[in-house]
Order: sequence, then structure tokens, then C-alpha cells
Amino acid sequence: MTIADDVLQQHGLTREEYQRVLEMLGREPTMTELGIFSVMWSEHCSYKSSRVHLKTLPTTGKRVLQGPGENAGAVDIGDGLAAVFKIESHNHPSFIEPYQGAATGVGGIIRDIFTMGARPIALLNSLRFGPLEEPLVRRTFAGVVAGIAGYGNSIGIPTVGGEIGFDESYIGNPLVNVFCLGIARADEIIKGVASGAGNAVYYVGAKTGRDGIHGATMASAEFDETSAEKRPAVQVGDPFMEKLLLEACLEVMKTDALIGIQDMGAAGLTCSTCEMGARGGAGVEIDVSLVPQRETGMTPYEIMLSESQERMLLVVKQGREGEVERIFEKWDLHAVRIGQVTPDRRMRVKNQGAVVAEIPTASLTDEAPLYRRPMAEPAYLAEAQQLSLASLGAPPPASEVFRRLLASPGIASKRWVYRQYDHMVRTNTLVFPGMGAGVVRVKGTHRALALSVDGNGRFVYLDPFAGAQLAVAEAARNVACAGGQPIGATNCLNFGNPERPEIMWQFARTVEGIGAACRALDIPITGGNVSLYNETDGKAILPTPVLGVVGLIEDAASVARRAFRSEGDAIVLLGETRDELGGSEYLKVIHGLVRGAPPRLDLEHEAALQRLLVKGVADGLVRSAHDCAEGGLAVTLAECCFDTGLGADADIPAVVEAGLTPFHDVTALFSESASRVVVSIDAGRTAELQALAAESAVPATMVGRVGGNRIRVAVAGRGVLDEPLGEAERFWSDAIGNYFESQRAIA
Amino acid sequence: MKFAVVVFPGSNCDHDAYHAARHVLGQEAAFVWHKDTSLLGADVVILPGGFAHGDYLRTGAIARFSPIMQEVRRFAEAGGPVLGICNGFQVLLEAGLLPGAMLRNRSVRFQCEHVFVKVEHTDTPFTSGCLPGRVLRIPIAHGEGNYYAEPEVIDGLEKNRQVIFRYATAAGAVTPDANPNGSVNNIAGLCSDARNVVGLMPHPERACELAVGSVDGLVLLESVVASISQGALATAR
Amino acid sequence: MRARVFVTLKPSVFDPQGTTVAEALHTLGYAAVKDVRQGKYFELEIDARTPEDARRLASEAADKLLANPVIESYRIEVDSGAAETVR
Repeated sequence: MTIADDVLQQHGLTREEYQRVLEMLGREPTMTELGIFSVMWSEHCSYKSSRVHLKTLPTTGKRVLQGPGENAGAVDIGDGLAAVFKIESHNHPSFIEPYQGAATGVGGIIRDIFTMGARPIALLNSLRFGPLEEPLVRRTFAGVVAGIAGYGNSIGIPTVGGEIGFDESYIGNPLVNVFCLGIARADEIIKGVASGAGNAVYYVGAKTGRDGIHGATMASAEFDETSAEKRPAVQVGDPFMEKLLLEACLEVMKTDALIGIQDMGAAGLTCSTCEMGARGGAGVEIDVSLVPQRETGMTPYEIMLSESQERMLLVVKQGREGEVERIFEKWDLHAVRIGQVTPDRRMRVKNQGAVVAEIPTASLTDEAPLYRRPMAEPAYLAEAQQLSLASLGAPPPASEVFRRLLASPGIASKRWVYRQYDHMVRTNTLVFPGMGAGVVRVKGTHRALALSVDGNGRFVYLDPFAGAQLAVAEAARNVACAGGQPIGATNCLNFGNPERPEIMWQFARTVEGIGAACRALDIPITGGNVSLYNETDGKAILPTPVLGVVGLIEDAASVARRAFRSEGDAIVLLGETRDELGGSEYLKVIHGLVRGAPPRLDLEHEAALQRLLVKGVADGLVRSAHDCAEGGLAVTLAECCFDTGLGADADIPAVVEAGLTPFHDVTALFSESASRVVVSIDAGRTAELQALAAESAVPATMVGRVGGNRIRVAVAGRGVLDEPLGEAERFWSDAIGNYFESQRAIA
Repeated sequence: MKFAVVVFPGSNCDHDAYHAARHVLGQEAAFVWHKDTSLLGADVVILPGGFAHGDYLRTGAIARFSPIMQEVRRFAEAGGPVLGICNGFQVLLEAGLLPGAMLRNRSVRFQCEHVFVKVEHTDTPFTSGCLPGRVLRIPIAHGEGNYYAEPEVIDGLEKNRQVIFRYATAAGAVTPDANPNGSVNNIAGLCSDARNVVGLMPHPERACELAVGSVDGLVLLESVVASISQGALATAR
Repeated sequence: MRARVFVTLKPSVFDPQGTTVAEALHTLGYAAVKDVRQGKYFELEIDARTPEDARRLASEAADKLLANPVIESYRIEVDSGAAETVR
């Protein structure tokens, strides 16, 4: 049979790829085999466009217990424990069905963590939407938040932090990146591996249905094309089922009866089967007629490609099968034996005993296509990097800019969102959402973990290499502000169509930037996710790498938040402000522009700053710390005051290069220079901080005092802002809720 | 004192209740699976928060039929102290051990935040250590905490002094603004006729350590330990 | 035999979800919709010899589990066209 072009297209395979399939099998594939190649060689599963670049990232370090290649990464946090973590995306489904798309994204990443033997203890998320003025965007936004809340709350894992950004480019392509972290005993981490010929392969969890099978059901004689029930269904998450799975799996893992375990995520049963075999250097044989099904008449193709949620694949040590089955029964789950490990390195799929697919596992994994796609610097870039402030006309008064920025959704309080997330369950949360990096204690030890997810698509759009470095620096800095020493990172790379050379160039430069920053800051990448094809009608999203950084706090009693603590404390600016409005929130909100060069980053200075913060917080010298990001120093000072009832009186340095231009004040107040943090300390200890800073060559400038009920900012002695704290805070706290005032979440 | 923390499939605040009783208060504590038929000689029973049975059908509607609930009922009828927290409160309502029912929050959204509750009466095992009118800062985390009962039932509860906790301001004023979910009469928690079964929507087990934001919840657990050791209750073993 | 059980909130009970749905319909231009009450609908496939048996069983199921008598009432239809139960 010669395969038709449209069949290939529906399976997302090129002619060249199909030719490779023929060579690897030595024959034409069956329909089921074609479906298997289709999903395993898809971009999402094979990383075929990105692997050559991702290989350049630094993934080793003295604390790394598990790098990329498994379900999640792991780093040693002392006391015989490991932090197991990863970030994943669920972007396209969240546009189609916001609630379920986001919910199943949360479900997926949680499974990736507990499948390693770690109990998940924290969730964070990084979201991007179009402008909230659009009704469609509001619907997407509300649905995504409700979906994350619905799933995370139900399963009882606190969502302790995150970030949300807005830009027109995300209107039809929202981003939903979910980060999860769990704790495991370092010597009890379990991998997704199948080994030991004859060992039983078990399936446990929800029954398999037709969820998520994408359109490839048309072409074959095996299918009844006229049956309406065969239309692929939106994946619906069941957090209750996942909670049962989580508890049961953790209980089974304690018995040491498992060789390996993996969750069925993208590409479902196909992916877990062949990946486990490939990792174990073994083969796996399963019979799909043994797979529990919730719909009738499912074909082997459908069963192998189904992306029904909340299912796990286990390999059990010989003789321990009964034990494993009994533990699952206790949780009202049925673990069903569906096959065994074989000595050949093949994935063999049977249906009622007859073989319907047989493929060498390596051809689906290590030998999947690898592409070096063409790259070319985008045409827009050189022009977009030009920024002439003079051409913008006079800026509005500082007070007006200040209020508009505070009310801008990218900066405004996200309380409307995180109030819907249970952020306290498990009683580990030391720093709540909205207070800087999320911090959770590690019960049974004196330690805590600081967590942050960050990424600025505007900076990356304007200079992918620089923007990517800034993302790493920002996430690590946020963690250091809480007192956490960065010890590991995971990345989620959200980009447009990689078949376009400009996008591929953005991607490659981004990966280079991440690598350079991680090396300089000594933060290994332990794993992550790539999401490509985020574009509509040829218009891509802002290239958006999101970094999730984990920081170790040696003493959980010494933790810092972004908020000022006492009247009379001294406010100190660490770092320096430069003439850097390129890619800033100011430029976007006030002038509607994304232009200029992103702020410069000196990684040595950044590393010194972070070391200073970790030490300062641990010593109790630094009482609060907040990094300067969107909106610049003025916004940072204001945010330090919010939720405290304490105002501030500050006199910040002028930016020399800005001279006496109309933008003199704007630059000082709203420039987004990197490596800056606003800290507050006991007024009697300023000399101590100055000395510490001088030792590390970190600029430290006393800028003011905490107190009063106004936010007062002067630039080089001249007052430019004098706002009542309460009013400023209301602009900030009410902004997002105002978009939803006349609408409420629909059940 | 021995605390039994009942675990339904989908309970997720069981570990927190256990931690509070065992590690913060230093008492004995044990998990009891919903299919068990023994409370293991416990002195106090806690039905913890979470999403028992996924909150399917109605919250608490399926959990009330679990085998362990017969034991809980027996224990309660014999005067044993029972504390239902959040989902646990919902299970007690569905089981008829406390009167009334829960509706969706007025905002139709899940809400996780600290609130203030006023302790109205101190003659229950869980509030005996408080002075009347004391205001506690405790977190809520629920989507269905809007308490409802028919007007005659509410009248009866008020007359019989069975409303134990009310949402209030920090100063103890019971106002509509202080009511996070629309509950009738700002009811945050109540007790049974015999006063030994108490249910509340806020999570006292999340307010037992300063590190996590408040210690105001500890007094509920301290009270029941004191009540029992002073012999103020007849307990069933 | 199929029994259909319609469970609704009692009239006296405030229905925030129904209110939200009504408001949403209003913003879509359906001002003529004065009120919305949200309920639940169950389909029970029952092994019964007569429609009356099915109705009785469904009624018991509703009393015991499907409806909360404090806040909900229900009615039943059985597919073979037998008389309804309203409670």
C-alpha cells in the first residue's frame, strides 16, 4: 500500500520521515504503527526541532540527582531529601477549553512529580493572556484560573506563587505553564524504566476513552468514519481520581515492589510504554484488549493514542504483583496486568493475542528525527531595537504614570486570582502569593524552599539572548530575595512556528542565553518543556521562555518577603538604575510601544547581589527584599508598602545619562535596569549593610525611611511623587477585579 | 489524649490535622481509614477538610455513608467530642449529626484567605478555653461554605445557643462585610444539641504555628484536651 | 427502564449559581429571562419489572442520596410514560 499524502499530513509526518519509518521497520507500517510514529515523532514528544539546542544547556552540578530525560528533575536539599520539580505547558488546550485545558495541565505536571516517588508540596504557574479589554480574553482568563484552582485545590496541593503577563500576541494563544515541586527521599527516587524480562507491566487509574485523539481517525479502513461517537473529546480532568492515584502510588512505592513507573501524559500509553522500555534497554509487550476502556468499540490505534487523564504504567518486580494489586484495591483502584517486559528492545502491541504493532523502541525515542532547522535573524529586530525617547514627545506627569502603571494588569495585584487558589493546605506555606517568591518549609528539617517562575517576553522579543539571560537572573533574584540560594532550574520555552527561520533563531538564541546565565550563576537545568507553534494566522506570540528556579533556605526561620515591616526602617537600594526604558512596562502602557534594547545584565554583579541577599536574609540583617522588575523603582517602592499600612519617604538617585531631558524623572522612576533590589533594614544597621555590600562590590544606596501614610519619592532631592498610600493601593488592588465586576464565574 | 483523624478518599487536610494534634500539641494521633469500623480508642475525633469523594454529587453526600461514620455517630451519641473542619463539617451536615446544609459561596468562587471569627459560646469541648466574644484569626479555603438552614431551624439554633462561631471583623463586630460567603447570620460554625459535636468552615489546624501565619486555632485543640482531662465529658471508647 | 430524576433547590434557598447564569444571559441580550434556577438531572438505568417499581426505586434513591432534603426537592419521570412523582 502506498500511503496517500493526506494520510501523512493528518499524521503530521513528512515524506522524508515516512521514508525513515520504512527503513527502520523494513516494511510498510500498520495503521496502529503509523499512529504510534505520528505521536512519538511529533514535536511535543520528540523535541525534534529543539533537541540540538537544548543539549547545550548546563545540566550537571554537585546537587543534581536527576537531570533532563526523566519525568522530572531532582536536586539534593540535604537531610537525605531531594526536591523533585519541573515546569510544563498546556497552551493550546487552554485556548480551546480554558477550564479543562488548565486543569489537565495541572494534573499532568503533578503526575510527573509523584511518578518519581516524590510527594508534591507546591504548585506555581506562569500565565499569559491578551489584553483584558477583550471579552474572549476575560473568558479565557477566568476559565484558566478556575481550572487551576479547581484541580489544585481538590487534590490538596497549595499554589504558592506565579506570574501573569499580558500582550496582544497572546490573544489567540494564551500560555499556561505549570510548575510543581515535590519532596522525596534522595535514595528512593523511582525512574520511568522497564527492565527484567518477564516482569509484569500494570495499568492503573482511569479507564481509557477517546480523549485527545487528534483527527487522525479519518483515513483507514479500520475505522467507522460515520460514527459521531468517535469524534475526539476534550480531555476532562478528574482531580479526585488523581488524588487516589497519588496516595496509592506513594504507598506502593514505599514497598519497593516497583522496577519503574511512569504517568501516561502526552501520547498516552504509547509514550510511557516505549520510553520505559528505551530507558531500561528492554522491550515491552502489551495487549490492548486488557486495557480498561470506558467506551465501546475502541480500536488498538485509539487505545494507544488516547490521552485520557489520570493513568499510570507500572513495572512490578516478580512475585510482588499481589501486594501491589491489594494496595490499589484499598484505594478503590484496579491495577490491571496488561503485559510484560521482554528481552528484545521492541515495543510490541497485541490485540487479543494478535500482534498489531511491533517497533524497535529506539526508533521512537533516541533515533527519532533530529532537525537543525534553518535560522535567520528576524527582519523586525534591528529596527525594533531603536528607541528615540525624544520622538515620543513630553511624558505625562509622574503621578499619572505611577497610577496607570499600578493599575496595569501586568503589575496590579493578582489577589483576585490567587484568592481562588488554596495556598495554605499542607500547612507548609511560609510566604503567601503576592509576597515575593513562594516559600514552603520542608517538614522534618529546619529548611525551606523558595520558588519563583519568571520570564519577560518583551525583552526576549527585543533581544532573545539578553532577554533569556534576564529571565534566569530575575527568577534566581526573586528566590534570593526570599533568602534562598538558587540550586536548580527548569525551563518552559514558549515560541511560535519553528519552521520559520526567525522563530528558530529566537529559540536558539534564547537557549544560548539561558545557558550562559545558568553557567554564570551556577544553576543547573534539570529538565523542562518546549511548546512550539504558538501562533495564529502567521503571527507568533512574543517569544516567552519561563524559568522556574528553586532556592534552598537553610533556616526556615529566616525568610524575607517583599513587604516593609516596621516604621522607621531604612530603605536601601542595592544595584544601580540606568537609562533603560527599552521593553519596559512604561513604554508599553504609556506609549503603546515594545521597542529599544532590554536592560544590560552583568552576570558577575548579579551573582554578587544574590549572594549578598542570601547572606543578609540569613543573618536577619535584611528585613524585607523586593526585586525591581516591571514598572521600575517607583512601582517596587510602592509594592513594598502595600498590605502593610506603612508608607515610604524616598529620595532616589538621578540617572546621569538621562541628563536634563523631559525623561529625566521617568528614567529614574520607571527604568527597568537589572540587578536591583529594594531592601529594608533596621535603621541602626546601615553601616553593617554598607560594609557587606562594599565587600561584594554591590552598589548600596540609602534611599529613605519606612513610615507615614504616603508614598513620597524624590529624584536627587526634588520631589516628584507624593501619593496617599490608601489611594495608590486601591488602584493596584482593584484593577483586575474591575474587569470582572459585572460578571461572575459561571459554575 | 488520642486524636483520631478520619481519612476519606479525597480528604487532603488530614495530614494537617494530624500534624497539629501530634507535633504541635504533642498528643497521640492516628489516621482512621473510612472503611474501618473502629476509632482505635480515640478520645477525640476529627473529620478533616478536603474533597471527600471529589465532592461529587454534593460535598459530603457520599462520605456520610462510609462504614466509619457509624462509629463516629455512636461515639457522638455517647458524648464523645467530634470536630468537623470544612469538608468534615459538610459530612456532619449530610450525616444529620448537625442541622443545615452548605451552598456555594455567594461569590461563586473558591476563597482562600484569613478571616476573623468570634467565639459566641464557650460551653463546648472545643471552645472551653476561650473567653466569650474572643476573636480568632483563622483561614478559610472553600467554595461551598455558605451555611443554610430553614428559618425555624436557625431560630432554634440561636435560641439554643448552638451557633458557636460567627464571621466578624477584627474588633468582633458581626457585619455583612465580614461575611466571606453569604452564610445565614454569619454562621461560621455550630454545635449539636448535646454540644459535643462541633463543625466549622474555617481551618483551625492551619492556625497552630506562627510560621504559617496565626496561632489562634490552637485553642480549639487545647480546649478539648483540657475538657477531657478535667473529666468534663463522658467519652466513648 | 429509565428513570429521570430532576433535583432542584427549594424555592426559599438562594441560588448564587442560578443568579450568575441569569446575569450572564442578560449581558448576552436576553433581558426577557427573569430568573434562572440551577439544578441537577440524573438518568437511572433500572432493572425493574414495572414502571411503578422503577419509580419507587428512583424515589428511594432520591430520598437517600440524590437530593438533600434540607435544600432540595425532586420530581421523577419514568420512560414508559407512567405517572410522575413530585416531592
